[in-house]
Amino acid sequence: MELIWLIPALPVAGFLVLVLAGRRLGDPAAGWVASAAVAGAFVASVLVWVTLLGDADGTRQVSQTLWEWIPADSFQVSFGLLADELSILMCLFITGVGALIHVYAIAYMRGDPDFPRFFTYLNLFVASMLLLVLGDNLILTFLGWEGVGACSYLLISFWFTDPANASAGKKAFVTNRIGDFGYMLGTFLVFVTFGTVDYLQIDAAAPGIAGGTATAIALLFFLAATGKSAQLPLFVWLPDAMAGPTPVSALIHAATMVTSGVFLLTRLSPILEAAGWANDLIAWVGAVTALLAAGAAVAQNDIKKVLAYSTVSQLGFMFIAVGSQNYVGALFHMITHAFFKALLFLGAGAVIYSMAHEQDMRRYGQLRRYLPVTFGTMFVGWLAISGIPPFSGFWSKDEILAGSYTVKPAGQLLWIVGIIAAVLTAFYMTRMMIMTFAGGREEWRTEGPESLPEVPADVADATEHADSAHAGHDDHDAHHDHHLTPDHTPRESPVLMLAPLVVLAAFAAVAGVLNLPFAKSLHFLEHWVEPVIEGEGELPPGVVQWILALVSIAGAFTGVWFAWRVYQQRRVDRTRLEQPVLAHAWYIDDTYAEVVGGPGEAAFQAAADFDHEVVDGAVRGVGGGALGLGRAFRGLQTGFVRSYAFGIGLGAVALVVFAVLRMSL
Amino acid sequence: MFTFGDSWYLVLAAIIFAIGAVGLVVRRNPLVMFMCVELMLNAVNLTFVTFSTLLDDVGGQTAVFFVLVVAAAEVVVGLAIIVAIMRRREGANADDVSLMRG
Repeated sequence: MELIWLIPALPVAGFLVLVLAGRRLGDPAAGWVASAAVAGAFVASVLVWVTLLGDADGTRQVSQTLWEWIPADSFQVSFGLLADELSILMCLFITGVGALIHVYAIAYMRGDPDFPRFFTYLNLFVASMLLLVLGDNLILTFLGWEGVGACSYLLISFWFTDPANASAGKKAFVTNRIGDFGYMLGTFLVFVTFGTVDYLQIDAAAPGIAGGTATAIALLFFLAATGKSAQLPLFVWLPDAMAGPTPVSALIHAATMVTSGVFLLTRLSPILEAAGWANDLIAWVGAVTALLAAGAAVAQNDIKKVLAYSTVSQLGFMFIAVGSQNYVGALFHMITHAFFKALLFLGAGAVIYSMAHEQDMRRYGQLRRYLPVTFGTMFVGWLAISGIPPFSGFWSKDEILAGSYTVKPAGQLLWIVGIIAAVLTAFYMTRMMIMTFAGGREEWRTEGPESLPEVPADVADATEHADSAHAGHDDHDAHHDHHLTPDHTPRESPVLMLAPLVVLAAFAAVAGVLNLPFAKSLHFLEHWVEPVIEGEGELPPGVVQWILALVSIAGAFTGVWFAWRVYQQRRVDRTRLEQPVLAHAWYIDDTYAEVVGGPGEAAFQAAADFDHEVVDGAVRGVGGGALGLGRAFRGLQTGFVRSYAFGIGLGAVALVVFAVLRMSL
Repeated sequence: MFTFGDSWYLVLAAIIFAIGAVGLVVRRNPLVMFMCVELMLNAVNLTFVTFSTLLDDVGGQTAVFFVLVVAAAEVVVGLAIIVAIMRRREGANADDVSLMRG
């Protein structure tokens, strides 16, 4: 059925309606229109999915060329949509999770003066994201790729009157440009190699290409992926992206956009299969990112920053899977992560909403008494992300770790790094839950920042940035309490916010059934995506797999237990764990700032000077030369008729002399 | 008996042309300059006719007609300009009209 075009068209329609009539619709009608558009896209996705289900294995491919986009001789790009196993899977969870977050945002953003603008951007984002996954060629995907980047920028700096938010948006945009440069070069190289940018033709031709070319293409697209999916060395924008409203963090910076790098590499898996060591690099970058980000999450006090670093870390896991050619694992974790991380972010949003927009966890505590539903749903999310069976996160993370174990060379080492990151994940998530919902007392009742638990001075500095971010926030939400006061009584969020939490919690709990490891017949996800991906990562033999799973379960419980000892029972001094180096995320961001601000700036200045003096100088020199020449010759134009006549006479004489001389020679 | 050789006509034409050319450069009165231009044109005409006779080619005489026509047209335009200038300012001095100075 030719319904594919409806999937991106509905959010586009919603976007156009909101652009034209958003102000008139106002609050909350604009939000309902936006939600309806995304929900409609979800229904369309389900219909297309059902159609695909009816097809036989291996023939589930519906492409629809809407129009010829760039017909230029041998370079043909169509505006075509391709619905296959991979893209429809992405569509389902983008529109599904997206619709829930839209509904949540209606309540969360209520009263914001720019309410319609928020939903305009949100719909544009969903439309771009759907184009990204549905595009049947690299150029159309790039259109979506840039579209989501632009929306991400607009939404991070949504409350742009605060300079901190505006600069966070700029940082995200500029960092992503570095990745985009890899995307563009990769596309050029693909076109030179294959003579086409169409996915189906690339996939058909990919097995024949040279290893070196495949490696180069894979590395360029991996650079693109490190930008969008926040991996080393380009992850620095994601923690700052938390300056945006919380629904944005949930939708864009956790569930959907940041997974587009994983999607892109999965889409290009036939090339990656021939890419040799590029795969090892991808796996190791993923592993190191997972480990470093998990470490950084341990020392964050801003609840959203914990989740941001956690997202970076979980994306690292997905890249481990991609690098191990275990694309099923990557997609599996992408889906479960979309559920539980969206849940956790929305839950964090509900907490922030209830706590007068305070984001510092050191001022929470004992909130489970006031926010039972938020606590219950986040509890599920916490179990899922920590890797406690039978919740979804365990299954997907375990599949990734098992897949990494067999990578040659040094797969065992990869697995160990992954396990450490997983233990840290359980630790920091438990820390977050305890600081927010349990803990000894209701910390906000003890007035003022001076009564905060003892923290080293520079850790406090690290959170300053975040503090200034919600200072700006409060300006806009005049209807909320301005400050968290000791007599504040947290109230549970409205039903519109809690309902998406409950739905997501249900999925976060059971999404593991998509791909249970026990029997071949339970690998639903694997069977589904098998036709579109190349290179199946091999899993270790059954017994080893059981042992690995037991180790990872033990690791998860260790993390939880240790966090309980530190933060609930306070047997260990937390300041010994929360080192400044962790709070500053290993000083990577600071180093960038230092380098770019110091020698970098000097180099940029030199380049600017070169441009100004040499390049512009040449241009100005040509102009100046012409001007000087004109000045020199303008003296000839006296305006006296007689001098002109004299000149003509002289010229005539000269001609005659010349002619005579010529003849006599 | 003294006869006028063909070269005399050419010499006469050259003298008239030189008078016209020098007059054009040294005089400031536009009317006089105009007459100088006419002198030069007619000197050229004389040369054409001489050569036409010498070479027994009617082409030279044809050229004279063209020059006469062009000269007549030029006089019409030129005199109109001079009259226009005379109306606007006292006397007639070609050097006063130098708006085209660079």
